[in-house]
This record gives sequence, structure tokens and C-alpha cells, in this order.
Amino acid sequence: MSDASAPRSTGASGSLMVLDARTKKRHAAERRFRYYGMGAVGLGVLLLVMLLVSILSNGLGAFRQTVFELEITLTQAQITEAEEALLKTSVYRGIIEENMREALDAAGVGDEVETARAMELLGGDAGSTLRQWAVSQRVTPVPQPDEGVTRTFDFLADGRIDGYFKGRVTMETAELDSRVSPEELQLADTLREAGVLRIELNPGFLTMPDASENQPEAAGLGVAIVGSLYMMLIVLCLALPIGVCASIYLEEFAPKNWFTDLIEVNISNLAAVPSIVYGILGLAIFINFMGLPLSAPIVGGLVLTLMTLPTIIISTRAALKSVPPSIRSAALGVGASNMQTVFHHVLPLAAPGILTGTIIGLAQALGETAPLLLIGMVAFVQDYPDAPPEGLFDPASALPVQVYNWTQRADPAFFERASGAIIVLLVFLAIMNVTAVLLRRRFERRW
Amino acid sequence: MPTHWLLAIILVLAAAGYAAARARALATAGGSMRRMHSLPRAYGMTALIWTAVPALLILGAWILIQPVVLEARVAGSIPEAAASSEGQRSLIMADVRRIATGLQLAVQGGGLGWDEALALTADGGSLRTRLADLGIAVGEEPGPAALDAAQVWVQIERVGHLAMTGVVLAATAAGFALSLIRARADVNARASVERGILVLLMGTALVAILTTVGIVMSMVFETVDFFSRYSWTEFFFSTDWNPRFQGGSDLGMLPLLWGTLYISLIALIVAVPIGLFAAIYLSEYAGPKVRAVAKPLIEVLAGIPTIVYGLFALITVGPFMRDVFAQPMGLGNSSASVMTAGLVMGIMLIPFVSSLSDDIITAVPQALRDASYGLGSTQSETVRQVVLPAALPGIVGAILLAASRAIGETMIVVLGAGAAARMSVNPFEAMTTVTVKIVSQLTGDTDFNSPETLVAFALGLTLFVITLALNVLALYIVRRYREQYE
Repeated sequence: MSDASAPRSTGASGSLMVLDARTKKRHAAERRFRYYGMGAVGLGVLLLVMLLVSILSNGLGAFRQTVFELEITLTQAQITEAEEALLKTSVYRGIIEENMREALDAAGVGDEVETARAMELLGGDAGSTLRQWAVSQRVTPVPQPDEGVTRTFDFLADGRIDGYFKGRVTMETAELDSRVSPEELQLADTLREAGVLRIELNPGFLTMPDASENQPEAAGLGVAIVGSLYMMLIVLCLALPIGVCASIYLEEFAPKNWFTDLIEVNISNLAAVPSIVYGILGLAIFINFMGLPLSAPIVGGLVLTLMTLPTIIISTRAALKSVPPSIRSAALGVGASNMQTVFHHVLPLAAPGILTGTIIGLAQALGETAPLLLIGMVAFVQDYPDAPPEGLFDPASALPVQVYNWTQRADPAFFERASGAIIVLLVFLAIMNVTAVLLRRRFERRW
Repeated sequence: MPTHWLLAIILVLAAAGYAAARARALATAGGSMRRMHSLPRAYGMTALIWTAVPALLILGAWILIQPVVLEARVAGSIPEAAASSEGQRSLIMADVRRIATGLQLAVQGGGLGWDEALALTADGGSLRTRLADLGIAVGEEPGPAALDAAQVWVQIERVGHLAMTGVVLAATAAGFALSLIRARADVNARASVERGILVLLMGTALVAILTTVGIVMSMVFETVDFFSRYSWTEFFFSTDWNPRFQGGSDLGMLPLLWGTLYISLIALIVAVPIGLFAAIYLSEYAGPKVRAVAKPLIEVLAGIPTIVYGLFALITVGPFMRDVFAQPMGLGNSSASVMTAGLVMGIMLIPFVSSLSDDIITAVPQALRDASYGLGSTQSETVRQVVLPAALPGIVGAILLAASRAIGETMIVVLGAGAAARMSVNPFEAMTTVTVKIVSQLTGDTDFNSPETLVAFALGLTLFVITLALNVLALYIVRRYREQYE
């Protein structure tokens, strides 16, 4: 009887229906903790969105470009004359000027706009663009009558004019700029209203090579895309077989001893070595010691191969490990040798996992920049490399390095190009990663 | 014979070996597979391996080693009188290389016979114009020493190539013949094929070791060279970093190390709380739907290349920090700063911390949580007082791995942190890091005889040692922790 009336040790009110102060406090703490967690997840996602929005808003402009739409008529006599001149592209510029005058007249602004001043809005590469086409149209001997050929060109406008229409250049900044004046910008407005100047999609961004400091409008990613492609090819051809063979050995055959342990510790450490260290390795071994050329995709490919190898080995081993031992026992039971068991049964079952790991490794290699800086891929390369295998030894650029390269230039127009290049890079990466995810979804087996 | 022809011959012979050995083995068994020890293709494969692999290995080794031997022999053949200094010698060697390639091209093009190429002499008029006639562009009139050395070069390379062709073809033929003789029905071909394949597999696993050896060697040699030109106490303990390409530079590492650690610290201050709370929320609170969406989204951050973060720092975060914080507070007016690089690097590390911690928190046994709930604690109390202490070693390991990432990160700091070596506590000032200086000392014209270039290797080795130590420690802690609950 007396036990039941023992005093309570806590100061609670006694009713389960009413929360006491301490419980309320604990529940508030619980809620706060939960909000911190939500906040952290939300912040992470928000930062991702900010990153993408920043890149997209800066870079989408690179895919559109201000162009002069001009119809050019060339006679064979003009081509011959220009090709015999000393400054060929300036003669072609003269030809453009004549055609520009006609275009201005046709657009109804011929009286108010001087052709020579309109020519100043034209980008620096217009002459050579025209020349490239003209040379391909040249017929020798000159036919009689010389009728001439006609084609409509989209000549790139000067980078500053392009920047004006994209909001990068304003009347105020033009005052301070030696390369453009507010009058030129007004002229550009007039020409745009007349329909001579237009903003068009810019496929050249993906196909043209890099251009010099003064011609941001003509800079493209062509060489960089080809260079990256070559390097990925090398990485795929080397890292996949080597990685798979090494994993098979370590997972299926290696005896448990100090040597195998050494290899395993090595691989897990190599996966965490800073990428720039691989660049030092490439510079010292492949370039200084073996004498391979600077800026060549072959060196980049080799360095990236060594860098992705640990990633591929780790994921391949995981894939091999996930194949259940009963498969191996069954194969061994019907008389297959160890080697046959692995190559006929385990490897095919692990293939989707291996492929996924390889694609992710390749995606990592595609975005890697630092080691490529050290092996000379920052060089200014304007010529496309030849077809492989010889082309693997020609100088080339790479997508991420091209981004870095453009950020080092003075003209802010190159920042837009750099962000545009990032968009291209991210699209490639997204395609690779989505492929990997789809492969996993389609072929993944739960045992 | 050009090398790719040699390759083609090896591959054709190997294919032929496959077919021939298979056929011969079948023939010795009287055409019946049942009287053979192994499957017919095992005999073929043995022949293929023995024909191709030794020859290919010899070919590869020869191609790697010949240039080294060649260089040493030719450099040795230049008389002391012609090359008094190290610099002069390397200039002459450059000329030698150019002339030698030119002579080879001229011979291949048919403009010159081997004997004529070797008999070219410096006397009798301008050698340069004669070389130009043959299509060899040489900068200056080459001295007789360069021409002689170039002829030695051409001669060695020719003999070497002939010898290589001979040796490789002999190895191929020997492999082919031997494996044909061994292709008899009573031979255990399966075992020998499998042994061969096993050796190949083992060889590929060695690539990992070779890579490490390559990394260490490539840095150690140059670092030793660097310390023979520059005092190591100055390098490790001096607070001045001021490379001058005329010589007499100050190459103290401390300001770089300070910048590296300061930026990494800011990055960890950003990444650890966000990453850890995200991991706790996703593993303990979030329902399967939220988890299925939020976890991959955060992990997308890990798949974005660092150059993208670098550009984000350069064009968005840097100007924002300068205009909103640094300038109004009078702390500096540089858009590249420790704060910019640290914040952006922190964003990069969030998924790294969160996915590692997520794994570790999930690995804490459910029984611990159930016991805690049974005693009446709330979910957050369970997390704070039971789950986190249990997971602490693993989380420390994850943070150490993230720190090693931060220290070795390059592109974000190259674009976001600036290039000025400075030791200051103001986070809005531009500072620089070890990795930035490795990049700036090794890009552009590099002269491997000056301490200003070689210092990059010493910096690289320091970086490698620091990150390696952090990784080993972290892996050790994580492994210990895993064993605890298994």
C-alpha cells in the first residue's frame, strides 16, 4: 500500500494529456534539428541551381552571334586578281565593301550610313572567310563570259558589337574603350533595324578553331572537341582492358600475401592522389624522358589513363564481387577451369557494372584540367590534328583546358565563350552519366 | 622496315600460328577431338601467345630504351672542345636532333643515299644551304661537331633499327616454331594457355605499382636536383616567395602552405556542417521519395568538373564577394580571394562529405537506435547522443579525406585565389597555394636547369606526401571503424 504513494522523482504535472515544459523544450529541439537537416539539403540543391544558372546565363550567349547577312558576287577575274595580290584578305575585304554598299542601298539606309564606317563593325576574319570560299570556287582558265558566283554569307560582326546586343557593352563602357565608340554602337542599332545586322544561331562555336586575342567572335571549340575525343579514345582503349585485367587478377586469382596487399593499398591511394601530381608525372616521364611531343593528345591520353585506372579498377572489382559465388561453384562443378569460369561466366555477368564504372571514369577524365596544363595543352592551337593514329601526336587542345585558356584572356567576351564551352562540356558529361544510369537500370541484377 | 609493318607481321604470324597449331594438334589426334587433351582452340591460343607476346614486349622495351641510349652515346661523342658549358651542349644537341631528322627524311625521300648522308662534311662551302637544298631547315650554320654527332646519331639509329627488326622477327619466328612443335594432342595446352593469361593479368596489376613508382621517381630526382641548387632550409622555412627568372629568387614554401591550409580550412567550415546535416537528414529523417530526389541532386555536385567551379568562382562568386563584403568593409578590393576560393571549394566538397557520412551513418547498427528510442529519447537526441558518437571515427575519416581533396585541388584556386604569395589573416585578400605555383612554374617556357622550374617538383612532392599521409590516416580510421560493427 505504501509503495504506490511514493513521491515522483520528476516535477511533471501528472497528466499525460498536458506536455510539461521540459518535453516541450525537447520537442522544439527535435523540430530545430529537423529544420537544420532540411536546410542543409535545401542549401546543397540551391547551390547546385545557382551554379548552373550562373553558367547558363553567362554562356548561352556564346551559341548566338551577331552577323552581317551579305550577298557576295564574285567574278573569276576578281578571284584571280585577289589571289595575285600581296595582301589577299584585304583585297577580299574590299570586295565585301562593294557588296556591303549594295546591301545598304537595298535595305534603304544607303544615304545615311557610310559604307566605310559600316565596314568597321565587321569582324576581323571576314576577309579570310570569303577567301576560303573563293579559292574553292576558282576555275582556271577563266571562262568566257565570266559570269561570277553568288552566295549569301553570314559574316561575324566585331566582338564589341556582338557584346552590345548581348548587353555586355554599353554606351558608357564604349566611351572608355579604344576599340569601339558610341557612334559605332548607334550605327549598329541603325543597321539592325534595317535588317543588315542580325543575331543568329552560331554553329561555328562548335566547329571553328580557337582565334586570337582580338577576335573573340571567331573563337570556337572545334580543335578542343577533337582533342578531347582523341584523349577519350586513348583512355578507353588503354584503361578499360588494363583495368579489367588487373581487377580480375586481384579479385579472382591473387593469393593473399604482402604483395597483393601492397597492390591494393597502392590502388586505393592512387585514387586519392591530387590530379596535378599526374601532370607532373606526365611531364617528367612521357615528355622529358620518353621524348613525346608537348600538347599532344597521346600524352594527355596516357596521363588520363593512369588517372582513371584506379576508378575503373575499384568499380570493376565491386562488379566482380557482386557476382554470387554459386555461379563460380556451378561452373567449376561441371568441369570448367578457373580461367573458363571467370571469362565465360563471371565476366559477362559483371559486364554492365564494369561498363557503368568505365563511363563514369571517362566522364571524370573528360572534365580533368590540371594535369593537362602541365603537359602543354594550354598552347594556342589553330590547326586541326590529323586523323589517328598520326593525329594523336599533333598538337591539340581539350575542352576544359580551352575554358581555362579563355579565362586568361583580357577581353570579357572570352568569359562568355568560356561559359559556353562549359555548357558543351556539361552536356557531354550529362549524356555519359545518363547512359551509365540507364545501363545500370536496364541490366542491374539483384541476386 | 617501319615499325607498323613489324607490328603487322607479328600479328599476321600470330594469327597464322593460331590456325596452324590448332590444325596440327587436331591432325596428331587423327582428327578426333576426343583424343585431345584440351580443346583445339587452346592449342591455337598457346601458339598465338608465344608468337606475339614476347616479340611485342621486346619491341616495346626497345622503343623505350633506344632513345635513352642513343642520346647518351651521341652526347658523349661531342668533343669537349665544342661544348664547354652545359647550355652550349644542349644547344648543340638540339641542332644535332634537327640535322639527324633532316638527314633521315632526305634519305627516305630519296634525295640522298645512306653513304652520301654519312659522307657529308662541313668543309667545302656552306653546309646550311646544302642542307636547305635537301629540305633540312637549320637555324644557324651548324658546326662540324654537330654534323659529326648527327651522323653518329643517324648511324646508331639505323643500326639500332635494323637490330631491333632482326631481334623481333627472330623472337616471333622462334615463338611460332616452338609452339608448333609443342602442338601435339597429348600436351596439356589448356594449362599452358591459362598460365600465360595469368601472367598477363598479373602484369596489368603491376601497372598500379609502376604508376606509383613513376610518380615518386619523377618527383624525387628533380627534387634532389633542386635541393642541390637551393638550400632546403630556405625552401621549407622561409616566408618569402619571389621567383625571378634572372636567378637569385626566394623560394620559401611557407606562404604557399599558409594559403593552401587557409583556403582548405574555409572550405571545410562550409562543407562539413552542410554535408553532415544533409547526410543526417537523408539517412535518418527523409522518406524514400525525398531521398530518391535529393541524394542524386547533391551528388551531381560531385560529378561537375573542377574547372566549372573555378569559372563560377571567377565570374560570379569573386565579384559578388568583392562588391558586397570586401569593399564596403574596407578589407580589400580583389575579386580573387581566399574567401572566394574557400567558399566555392566548400560547395565542391559538400557531396563528398555527405555521401561518405551517409554510408557511415547507415552502417551504425539499428539496434543502437532502437535501444535509445526504447529509453524514450527523441529522434534528434538519438542522432546526437548515440548515432553520431558511434559514427564519429568514420566521420573524422571522411573529413580527413575531404581535407586531402581540398589541399590537392587545383583549378578552383588557380581561377579563384589569385597568384600573390602572402601570409595574412584577412580572408578577402588574394593569396596563393602550392598547386597554383606548381602550375605557374611548369607552364610556358620551362628550363629544367633553373631552380625556379625545379621548385615545382619539390612542391609537388610535398603535396604528394601531405595528401598521402592524410589518405593513409583516413583509410586506417575508416577501416578500424568498419571492423567495429562487423
